[in-house]
Amino acid sequence: METRQAMNTTEPIIRIRDLVFRRGSRTILDGVDMDIARGRIVAIMGPSGVGKTTVLRLITGQLHPDEGSVEVNGQRVSSLSSRELQTFRRDVGVLLQNGALFTDLTVFENVATPVREHTDLPEPLVRRLVMSKLHSVGLGGTEELMPHQLSGGMARRVALARAVVLDPQIVLYDEPLAGLDPIAVSTISRLMRETNDALGLTSIVVTHDVLQMSRLVDYCYIIAAGRIAGEGRPDDLKRSQDPSVDQFMNGKVDGPIPFHYDPGGPEWSLLQ
Amino acid sequence: MATPVDPPAVLAPISQAGRIGLFLVRMLGSLRPQPSLLLSTLQQVYLVGARSLVIIMICGFFVGMVLALQAINALEQFGASDQVSLLVGKSLFRELGPVLTALLFAGRAGTSVAAEIGLMRATSQIDAMELMAIDPVQRIALPRFLAGAVSVPLLTAMFNALAILGAVVFSIGVMGLDAGIFWSKLQNGVYFQEDFIGGIWKSLVFGGLVSLVAVYFGFHAKPTGAGVGTATTNTVVLSSVLILVFDFIMTSFFT
Repeated sequence: METRQAMNTTEPIIRIRDLVFRRGSRTILDGVDMDIARGRIVAIMGPSGVGKTTVLRLITGQLHPDEGSVEVNGQRVSSLSSRELQTFRRDVGVLLQNGALFTDLTVFENVATPVREHTDLPEPLVRRLVMSKLHSVGLGGTEELMPHQLSGGMARRVALARAVVLDPQIVLYDEPLAGLDPIAVSTISRLMRETNDALGLTSIVVTHDVLQMSRLVDYCYIIAAGRIAGEGRPDDLKRSQDPSVDQFMNGKVDGPIPFHYDPGGPEWSLLQ
Repeated sequence: MATPVDPPAVLAPISQAGRIGLFLVRMLGSLRPQPSLLLSTLQQVYLVGARSLVIIMICGFFVGMVLALQAINALEQFGASDQVSLLVGKSLFRELGPVLTALLFAGRAGTSVAAEIGLMRATSQIDAMELMAIDPVQRIALPRFLAGAVSVPLLTAMFNALAILGAVVFSIGVMGLDAGIFWSKLQNGVYFQEDFIGGIWKSLVFGGLVSLVAVYFGFHAKPTGAGVGTATTNTVVLSSVLILVFDFIMTSFFT
């Protein structure tokens, strides 16, 4: 506990420098820098397909950068051995886009899976831990249900309980509010804030939901055309004069963020 | 970073075989004697093995009947229809039992395993497992592979038993052959070790092959509906071919 409190400073827990990532000939990220401060909820925003989820995958070590570095707690993720990566991932909770619950396991077993896998806790303690996490997301009593019996919002809450069951330092959310009704959106947003503050976590949220993120997050990065187009507090970004940031934050059709997909080759023309 | 280059089309099957072999090595490398592995393997034995029993038993019964019918038709021409149980027993235990059971298993359970794992890939469950520092190969692929290798020999024994029953029903019940001659020819001419156990060894290999192919294609399915469909098709096609190829190889080496 002391260690967790001692680390709760403004020193970045995640430091990304000159990050370049390519898929074939396409450059997805081109010189991205980010500093994610401890204890904050930080949003990575931008239009669909701009590489937001790619940033998360680079942080978790699922992808390796072509250039630049991603450091978490001073460790360069791409340099970790497979065993070190396993250890590192135990300290990172991830909530994927659709919850990604294991469909052949009950709600209880879904949340218990990381505990059973990474600890030797006796069964009564596992039960107590899992039930306390389920209660904290308001889903006590659902432990015997199967994932297909849950609504979208409930599934997302179970996934949140599973992501934080081992009390990680960092939680990564990939589009946590996509496809949910307004009540579920508010519920999940509130839980994300409460969980972050109560457990002293650092949260990174990948999303394009400007309205909800303005209420929830402490800091925002906006990615456009492979680069950081803007960063700052949500309210400051709304008043930004930068054309890309202004277009994204205010949902404008016209602006520097293109409507057409850029395949990377010579531009198509009717005259060709 | 160097981009991996696809092999020329003519080398694609060899490259595929290499990848499947490496997947097998990775899977066996993750083998740890843990109670959880035993439990999940037993659960899969129920799902892929016990749930295939009905179709295996029905098919076994009718294969036995048709074998007896053809054998009696052929042997009658030489006045040797009393040898029917010998012919049925030998062909069944050595070849038809293991091969047909494995082919049925590929269609019934192999496709279901490939589709299940493919769907786990499509719904990011495998991604989630990797991100939780849980090895999905150990957790998902290994129990299904072991369950297939265990189930097919058991199913083959059941297939053989029902096929003999089918042959009995047709030969004795329908054609009126003498029951004593039927059973004595079977008992004296068909050997437990050489014929029955030899076939069971084959079925162990077939079970391993079908399960390996199913978990491999499921694991490497593209995360789309079409990708899952392709994985199940590839599972049936490749396992069927491999069963027949390995049957010939094993028969020519061990006979």
